[in-house]
Amino acid sequence: MELSGAEILVQCLKDEGVEYLFGYPGGAVLHIYDALYNQEDVKHILVRHEQAATHAADGYARATGNPGVVLVTSGPGATNAVTGIATAYMDSIPMVVITGQVSTAVIGSDAFQEVDSVGITRPCVKHNFLVKDINDLAETIKKAFFVASTGRPGPVVVDVPKDITDPAIKVPYHYPETVNMRSYQPTLKGHSGQIKRAVDLLLAAKKPMIYSGGGVVLGKGSDELRQFVRGLGFPITSTLMGLGAYPASDKQFLGMLGMHGTYEANMAMHDCDVLIAIGARFDDRVTGKIAEFCPDATIIHIDVDPSSISKTITVDIPIVGSVPDVLSEMNHLIENSSKKPSKKALSEWWSIIDGWRAVKCMSYDQNSDKIKPQMVVEMVHEITKGNAYVTSDVGQHQMWAAQYYPFEEPNRWINSGGLGTMGFGLPAAMGVQLAFPDSVVVCVTGEGSIQMCIQELSTCLQYGLPVKIVALNNRYLGMVRQWQEFFYENRYSHSYMESLPDFVKLAESYGHVGIRIERPEDLRAELERGFAMDNRLVFFDIVTDQTENVYPMIAQGKAHNDMHMSPFSAPAQDKERELS
Amino acid sequence: MRHIISILIENEAGALSRVSGLFSARGYNIESLTVAPTEDPSLSRMTIVTAGTERIVEQIVKQLNKLIDVVKLMDLTEGPHIEREMMLIKVKASTMAQREDVKRLCDIFRGHIIDVTSSTYTIEMTGAVSKLDSFIEALAEHKIIETVRSGVTGIARGDKSLHL
Ligand SMILES: Cc1ncc(C[n+]2csc(CCOP(=O)(O)OP(=O)(O)O)c2C)c(N)n1
Ligand SMILES: [Mg+2]
Repeated sequence: MELSGAEILVQCLKDEGVEYLFGYPGGAVLHIYDALYNQEDVKHILVRHEQAATHAADGYARATGNPGVVLVTSGPGATNAVTGIATAYMDSIPMVVITGQVSTAVIGSDAFQEVDSVGITRPCVKHNFLVKDINDLAETIKKAFFVASTGRPGPVVVDVPKDITDPAIKVPYHYPETVNMRSYQPTLKGHSGQIKRAVDLLLAAKKPMIYSGGGVVLGKGSDELRQFVRGLGFPITSTLMGLGAYPASDKQFLGMLGMHGTYEANMAMHDCDVLIAIGARFDDRVTGKIAEFCPDATIIHIDVDPSSISKTITVDIPIVGSVPDVLSEMNHLIENSSKKPSKKALSEWWSIIDGWRAVKCMSYDQNSDKIKPQMVVEMVHEITKGNAYVTSDVGQHQMWAAQYYPFEEPNRWINSGGLGTMGFGLPAAMGVQLAFPDSVVVCVTGEGSIQMCIQELSTCLQYGLPVKIVALNNRYLGMVRQWQEFFYENRYSHSYMESLPDFVKLAESYGHVGIRIERPEDLRAELERGFAMDNRLVFFDIVTDQTENVYPMIAQGKAHNDMHMSPFSAPAQDKERELS
Repeated sequence: MRHIISILIENEAGALSRVSGLFSARGYNIESLTVAPTEDPSLSRMTIVTAGTERIVEQIVKQLNKLIDVVKLMDLTEGPHIEREMMLIKVKASTMAQREDVKRLCDIFRGHIIDVTSSTYTIEMTGAVSKLDSFIEALAEHKIIETVRSGVTGIARGDKSLHL
């Protein structure tokens, strides 16, 4: 079969089983768009901004576990995509981004719409390629999918000059089934000796703690994690990225840790004697002050990426391998070990933890005459029966979504944790909704963030995506305002949001439904009314209490046991600590 | 501590910028970097001299290994090794006294004078960094017109080697 470069590209995507291609056309990719015409296998989704194409592909990837695929033109198409590529890179999301490039003959001549896409994206991709010969095209695409989705996943950019896709030049097509790269061989199976040492240490622990991260979700290790946690009876906390890998409703789950983690999770981190980190990377939002991180703990770390190990926190037992592989080996050892965790030590540890739990750190004002953002998220959880896919933008609303929507399953909570990209939520929700047309997809956002990719309301109409947008409208760049309140003596420098659009009319003008909710007594009925509209995108503009803060909060660079607490939580009792 | 890291890397366009970009993006120290093809045209050999705490050097090694184009890597400073740098140096030598003294120093350091004019000598010298440094110091009384150093290359001693 002889195909042109453009046809090869499309055929490769078909052979790779790609369902959706998120893209935006332009000069350098017109041959490719022509090859996409009149075929149905790869469905092209026309976004309204290339940033949204990358976020949508990213959301699709996070929800399905399969790589998201993007096609953009050269120059501005590629630069617009960079934010989304960096977002995916920071959270290790598998993605293949095809960027058009000017023809090989004029590369380097400042041709129209030329940028050095390989150079610009180099620091924020797992790898990138420039295709210089049509005969390398199919294999390069195969490599791109292979690299993006194996080991520690990440985005891969393939830059394709226009002449490579010339319809007049045809070559034989063959899509390799597998690809072997001598320079890239990720380790999956952990070192047995290290695994055994780790298990021995865990079984002898008196105050153990499990800290699981996004690597469990990405590595599809949720089942193995559940077995591991239940088998040991240990407390578990999760990073922002790992939520849902272990069910939030389970009594062994202490909630999220870190800057806006629960009191009990952070205190247990601080006091534990053995810590096992699973697919987590000791991000600074998680560790707080490095010098006071888990001061008494021996630390075990499982990660598929060796460079994550001992990067910020030096660990005692590193295990390089994929989460499910290593955990199932551990589970096997634990089951067959003659040693069991000490019942006595564990029950003492749990009673200390229960003391911390009694502080009820997530309490907030239930009798306010203003709508409390926490209450909105709790109600959305109730109405969606905890089954929704929830995407978010970045800010206070993101933390409230993470804190007050308990996730029972992995791949349901979709947010930009590493890069913290405002504008992520809505396009990510589009990707998720396309992957799961019959599921409820909620985008929890703020009036600031939603305006960063608001144009995608148009895309949602075109493809009939009934996303439910829950905008917690506090008329502030709330997270910025909170820091200014706490650390800059209430100097709210440029964190207000004035001249806001009428979001209801805006939604309506895009052909959707807009519902404004201003009073707590209307909240439930209005949410229920909107969520009942299965086939419509509904934009809830919810006017919330402007002064609300996210609690608990560990100030940047402070230790885990040094938290700002909600004024509505019970006073922390020091006597529990004395028990230890 | 100073480390010499040898890398076998795919001989692809852009491979060098991946390595240098990694060092600048992560703020790693780079004293010298040399790169050239090997007997296998698909591979380049790179030698990087860097300095940092053990912890940082461990990260450098891991981050380099993580680059998709890096095929194999070895920290030469972990074992016995040979380190060489080549220098070309142009020195003013117009008077008899200058010419004699420069020639004498060149002989002591086992360099070669490879180009001569009525007013200059150009010397080629190979050795460890410290030897080249000492030679420059020894030339203190003379006017150095130009110095070109290749950057360090190195190889492990004995049977140990970096190959596929
Ligand atoms: C693209 C981008 N620019 C700036 C920031 C910094 N930032 C973090 S949170 C935030 C405020 C977000 O405001 P809003 O979306 O209204 O959410 P809120 O905090 O009020 O819930 C800002 C500006 C960011 N994360 N991303
Ligand atoms: Mg806001």
